[in-house]
Amino acid sequence: MSSISYLRRRIVNRTMLFLAYASAVLGVALLFLILSYIVIKGASSLNLDFFIKLPKPTGETGGGIANAIVGSFIVVGIASVIAIPVGVMSGIYLAEFGKNRFASLVRYFADVMNGIPSIVTGIVAYVFVVVPMHRFSALAGGIALSIMMIPIITRTSEELIRMVPDTIREAGLALGIPQWKVILFVVLRTASTGIVTGIMLAVARVGGETAPLLFTAFNNSFMSFRLDQPISTMTVLIYNYASSPYPDWNAIAWGAAFVLILIVLLVNIVSKVFTNTTYSL
Amino acid sequence: MGTRFGDRIIKLVSLLFASFILLLIAGIIYELIDGSRRSLAAFGWRFLTTSTWDPVSKVFGALPFIFGTIVSSVIALCIALPLSIGIAIFLSELAPRQVRLYVSLMIEMLAAVPSIIYGLWGLFVMTPFLQVHVEPLLGTHLGFIPLFQGPPVGVGMLAGGLILSIMIIPTIASITRDIFNTIPLLSKEAGFAIGMTRWEVISKVVFPQARPGMIGAIMLGFGRALGETMAITMVIGNAPTISASLFSPAYTLSSVIANEFTEATSKIYISSLIELALLLFIISMIFNAIAKLLIRKGRFTA
Repeated sequence: MSSISYLRRRIVNRTMLFLAYASAVLGVALLFLILSYIVIKGASSLNLDFFIKLPKPTGETGGGIANAIVGSFIVVGIASVIAIPVGVMSGIYLAEFGKNRFASLVRYFADVMNGIPSIVTGIVAYVFVVVPMHRFSALAGGIALSIMMIPIITRTSEELIRMVPDTIREAGLALGIPQWKVILFVVLRTASTGIVTGIMLAVARVGGETAPLLFTAFNNSFMSFRLDQPISTMTVLIYNYASSPYPDWNAIAWGAAFVLILIVLLVNIVSKVFTNTTYSL
Repeated sequence: MGTRFGDRIIKLVSLLFASFILLLIAGIIYELIDGSRRSLAAFGWRFLTTSTWDPVSKVFGALPFIFGTIVSSVIALCIALPLSIGIAIFLSELAPRQVRLYVSLMIEMLAAVPSIIYGLWGLFVMTPFLQVHVEPLLGTHLGFIPLFQGPPVGVGMLAGGLILSIMIIPTIASITRDIFNTIPLLSKEAGFAIGMTRWEVISKVVFPQARPGMIGAIMLGFGRALGETMAITMVIGNAPTISASLFSPAYTLSSVIANEFTEATSKIYISSLIELALLLFIISMIFNAIAKLLIRKGRFTA
């Protein structure tokens, strides 16, 4: 009797653990399944022209996505210029002066902001920037992305500044260094590797965003460096070209996806290695 | 004197930047409400309960999109939940240290893949596969259930749910793993000591203690799924139908906004689209707030 129930328990145990192993295998397999398609389909449409030429009109083969690559960097650059100072300074406030109700409020709403669906961010930037300017622009796209970046950078900066041991602050203060110098030149410097990694991750995350750019940065078939004009980005280009009926354009979408994922995953892996070596102690 | 001044400056400046965040979120909420004012006034609660979405006669009801958003996210959750818990169990209880490190990294990579890439893959690889292999099979064997009736077109609710599930697995799995890791070793050892199998320890010792946090992780994953835009727009078929069949195309709140916002011409049309965004904002806020509370409660600090 008891041996039968023991057998049953063992079978259940084996089955459930097997399922756990199987789901881990499936999770990893999905990653490779997706990546391999991107690599195989994407690599074949890559060549030098892909990086230095502009898109060709419908019907003509060849061409590249130079304008979209440049555009993505410009838009993400604008976002970074806005979000990095706001995020890091807010992080300093929350970590160094943040033991009050006001700071908990900021913390809470930073998390709220972090949970805003990206398409809603696009709407917000549209109302904030596109409506008053009367046109789509690189600036609007950058502002949309910065709304996504600010909460991420704020919370990671806060966390990393907090991780700096108090003894380091006290050592500085004991030497008679004023608090602001301790914060800027001792605490911030100690936390800087982590903060830089956090910023890199935030950049990689918003760099892959499409939804906020659809009606802010919009789209542009030509090379544009102007901030007050619509601009092409890699992600919106992938979306447009993937939805088009032309196999040529679909191939360009795969190529752009390959370039995008290469950048995103590279940044992620580098920053993981970075943080592991810095904080594994 | 000079040092005091500098201290005050940095406190003030950092305070200003922190206040900017509050200002920004206030501006966001204000603009969303202000933008949907026209539509709120014109349709009231009918906006949520009617199914006509007609830009020409300027009548807007969001029910099919609410349906599409919620159902696709529920499907995603049903698929992602068991897999995520399995992955979390593997990572926290079963895997050897070295394997754990790499598998963790790869699950996190899954989270880093941009939404548009999931969409591209979903559109060109997953939906044809569903259309040719999966849906006909389900249709012939389980066709008596309304869920699996209708022509296999590939794009549709099933495809939407599947792509979302892949995207929320890393969220649920990594938070659940973190929570499992905070469960005191002592209580697990107590389980082993009275002769429990490993699964019994997991299900009877780990799960009950991790429950609030796990529910939080689920809520967070669900919130992500609700707000997801690009991938689902590319595979769900974008047709405002309310159908019992998983094969039938559907439409989500986010997809409508993505597809129609630049083409919206009349003021009431734009306002209705902004109200969809407001709706999406409120729903995801609710789920995120509950999730945050539960995850914080669910961590063991002892």
